[in-house]
Amino acid sequence: MMFTKYIFFFLSILALYSALMVLMSRKPIHSVLYLTLTFFAIAGHYVLLNAQFLAVVHVIVYAGAIMVLFLFTVMLLNLNKEEVSPKPVWIKIVVIIAGGTLMIVMIGIFRGYDVALKEDPFLTQIGLVKNLGRVLYKDYLLPFELSSILFLTAMVGAVLLGKKEQI
Amino acid sequence: MNSINASLQFVPISYYLFFCTVLFCIGVTGVLIKRNALLILMSVELMINSINLLLAAFSTYLNDPAGQIFVFFIMVVAAAEVAIGLAIIVVIYRTTHSIDIDILNKLKW
Amino acid sequence: MNYELRMINLIINLIPLFPLLGFLILGLGFNRIPAKVASVVGPGTVLLSFAGSLIVFFHLLSGHGTGGSGRIVTTLFNWISFSGFTISFSFLMDPLSLLMLLVITGVGFLIHLYSVGYMKGDQGYNRFFAYMNLFVFFMLLLVMGAGYVMMFIGWEGVGLCSYLLIGFWFKNQEFNNAAKKAFIMNRIGDLGFLLGIFLLFTTFGSLNYLDIFGQVKELNPGTGVLTVITLLLFAGAVGKSAQIPLFTWLPDAMAGPTPVSALIHAATMVTAGVYMVARSNILFVLAPATMTVVAVTGLATVLFAASIAIFQNDIKKILAYSTISQLGYMFVALGMGAFTGAMFHLATHAFFKALLFLAAGSVIHALGGEQDIRKMGGLGPSINKTRWVFLIGTIAISGIPPFSGFFSKDEILSHLFNRSSILYIFALAGAIMTSFYMFRLYYLTFHGKFRGTAEQKHHLHESPSVMLLPLFILAGLSIAGGVINLPAFMNGSAWLQSFLAPVFSDALPFLKPPEFEPGPGLEWLLVAISVVCVVCVIPVAYLWYVLSQEEERKEPLWQSFLRKIPANKYYIDELYDTLFVRPVMSLSKGFHEIGEKKIIDRFVDGIGVLVVRTGNTIRYLQTGHVGFYVFMMVAGIIAVLIFNLVI
Repeated sequence: MMFTKYIFFFLSILALYSALMVLMSRKPIHSVLYLTLTFFAIAGHYVLLNAQFLAVVHVIVYAGAIMVLFLFTVMLLNLNKEEVSPKPVWIKIVVIIAGGTLMIVMIGIFRGYDVALKEDPFLTQIGLVKNLGRVLYKDYLLPFELSSILFLTAMVGAVLLGKKEQI
Repeated sequence: MNSINASLQFVPISYYLFFCTVLFCIGVTGVLIKRNALLILMSVELMINSINLLLAAFSTYLNDPAGQIFVFFIMVVAAAEVAIGLAIIVVIYRTTHSIDIDILNKLKW
Repeated sequence: MNYELRMINLIINLIPLFPLLGFLILGLGFNRIPAKVASVVGPGTVLLSFAGSLIVFFHLLSGHGTGGSGRIVTTLFNWISFSGFTISFSFLMDPLSLLMLLVITGVGFLIHLYSVGYMKGDQGYNRFFAYMNLFVFFMLLLVMGAGYVMMFIGWEGVGLCSYLLIGFWFKNQEFNNAAKKAFIMNRIGDLGFLLGIFLLFTTFGSLNYLDIFGQVKELNPGTGVLTVITLLLFAGAVGKSAQIPLFTWLPDAMAGPTPVSALIHAATMVTAGVYMVARSNILFVLAPATMTVVAVTGLATVLFAASIAIFQNDIKKILAYSTISQLGYMFVALGMGAFTGAMFHLATHAFFKALLFLAAGSVIHALGGEQDIRKMGGLGPSINKTRWVFLIGTIAISGIPPFSGFFSKDEILSHLFNRSSILYIFALAGAIMTSFYMFRLYYLTFHGKFRGTAEQKHHLHESPSVMLLPLFILAGLSIAGGVINLPAFMNGSAWLQSFLAPVFSDALPFLKPPEFEPGPGLEWLLVAISVVCVVCVIPVAYLWYVLSQEEERKEPLWQSFLRKIPANKYYIDELYDTLFVRPVMSLSKGFHEIGEKKIIDRFVDGIGVLVVRTGNTIRYLQTGHVGFYVFMMVAGIIAVLIFNLVI
């Protein structure tokens, strides 16, 4: 069944390509669209991992809510211009070297790392809505409820910040 | 659905590790390289997503639902963060007519 | 444990609790408590303790439940406990501690009662009673404790209360200095006491009286370590009981209110040293060298203090020196092995010295704060009651029969005569001097012409009855106190001796036997000699201080020279000032100038300067560019990861 392997590579390359394009596009609006593409690729990964609930939530929250927020901001503030003064080239080089070093070091650490898999892990149904929901409402009920308070706080904060009059 | 997953055995966990590392480093580079606050926020989203994916992968591989619950909560936090972050960017833009973070250096001594 | 014994144990534990409660109520309530309540709580708690002491006393006298040992030990709780060693918070009740208990609570109650009148209208009225109650509490701990640690708690506590009460009127800097002086001089002695306790612990492995006294009997008399221990303990007693060379704090301690002088600096606290030596009697008799030191120190103090007292002009200071001198008698008795005599004198001294101080307080009260006897005189008729009780006290302290002081002093003197006739002669000289200065004080105060201002004369008044009542009771005790130990040759029962016998019985066999046993005839002769000597000086005092009214008599040069030295307290204060205080002061000054300012301060300042300069230099790293910060963060993460990878 090499088919799934190909799917994995396809999704990974799509995600990495679009992630790079987020950084390389000139216009912010293109960056936002490429980011959306990345998120969809990652949603595919979730499906591949049999985490269907996460995949759905991911699409709704990221692609649906967050990206819309970004688009709104870009368009509302009319920010869709090229960067006025991009950083000097030498800084870019230094930064890319730093990022590359970080990547090399992390890969160096992870190389040779392998998890001893449990027996027949892929028959598990943990990613299904039913199972995940049971865990969420049983063991993680308090954090779940607290997260609603977090949202409320964020909402109040956003409204307060967005008000025209100065506080 | 099970048949798809069974075939996943051909994808070792290290593939996910490498993929997520690369995605994370792209995010880091983006934060460093950009002056546009909006793009920096996007890069942060990239980093968060790479971590989310890794958590979900380990959750599935280790047969432990806690990882996916964590992803769920990280999404909650990320959504709140974006809402607030974008609101702040709007306020910054309103006061300075720019979203360049390098002009926000008033806290320098 | 039967019911009766449990009751007694409860009462024993309650005895020190009452004054502590009084202190807490008055101390925490402070000024919110009305003065009337304080007047009840202050003396009331001590009265309750006195009642408890009486109950325990009669119980012990009946001999129930003591198992024939004549003592009761109650343990409240284990205080410090580790491998094989326990210090328990426990009380030991035996005849010795009971005697002290009765004196402390009895005399203490009378003085509290007196204070109600004396301190009336003072700003710190509640504070005064809080301190006094605290003092009684610590003093009870001191005498009731079943080990040296308990005694030390009380020992330090009474020192603290003494400090607080001497400096009671803290707005006067001189009084504060006197308080500090008392505290510091006591510390010198306490250091010795503490070292003695440590040495006791390393030697015997316990700090309980009964354990130590049980073990010590196995040792040979004159063992080196015992001598060191007893000398150290005696150093503590010297500090607390104001003996040579640590006596100069006591006259200065008269800065406190007069009831304080009566209670702390005459009747109870200063006798703590005597109590401690008497309690450790077996240790001391096994160290003959220390016994000699105790006796010689005591005798030197008797003469020294008495000679100073003759030339003093402050009514309270005369009494203070007289206290020192009487304490000297007690130490002479202890040093000669007359433990009962010392305790007897302690009890009678508590009565008549408290009486004298309180009467003096009454005089001061009448004169509106005047303490100089040169400005008194002729007060007899106007404050007649005070004058009579003062006279009773004077007769008692002079040792004229049948007043209490006579019996206790005579017992010490006859004991001395049996052991060493030289010491006897010196002690007799001390007694004569005592009689002289006391009658000088009495005559200058109450006879002759009034030498104060007209306004004072106008205001002369007798003290209120709340002050007079304690005076009368104490006067009665001063007259009759001698009956508790009538000597055998007067057909007395020597009750105190038999009462205290269980405490001292272990020590007596180790004492050197007296040189000879005097018959009753010789005893009577000794009594006659001392009485005649003492009485003879009374007319002399009358002649000098009443009949010859000229204050400024012409004196030959040598005579005025002789007068000046004791009048200035033999310049002891000045001597200490030059020998100890000034060198220490200049040393501290040197440390301050060089050690503190030049070394420590510079070091500390240097650190500050270093930090400022470093900050000035590296502040340029803080550019304010967010991108730069993030870059540094990433660099740091990379460094950490590489470090992890390599290690």
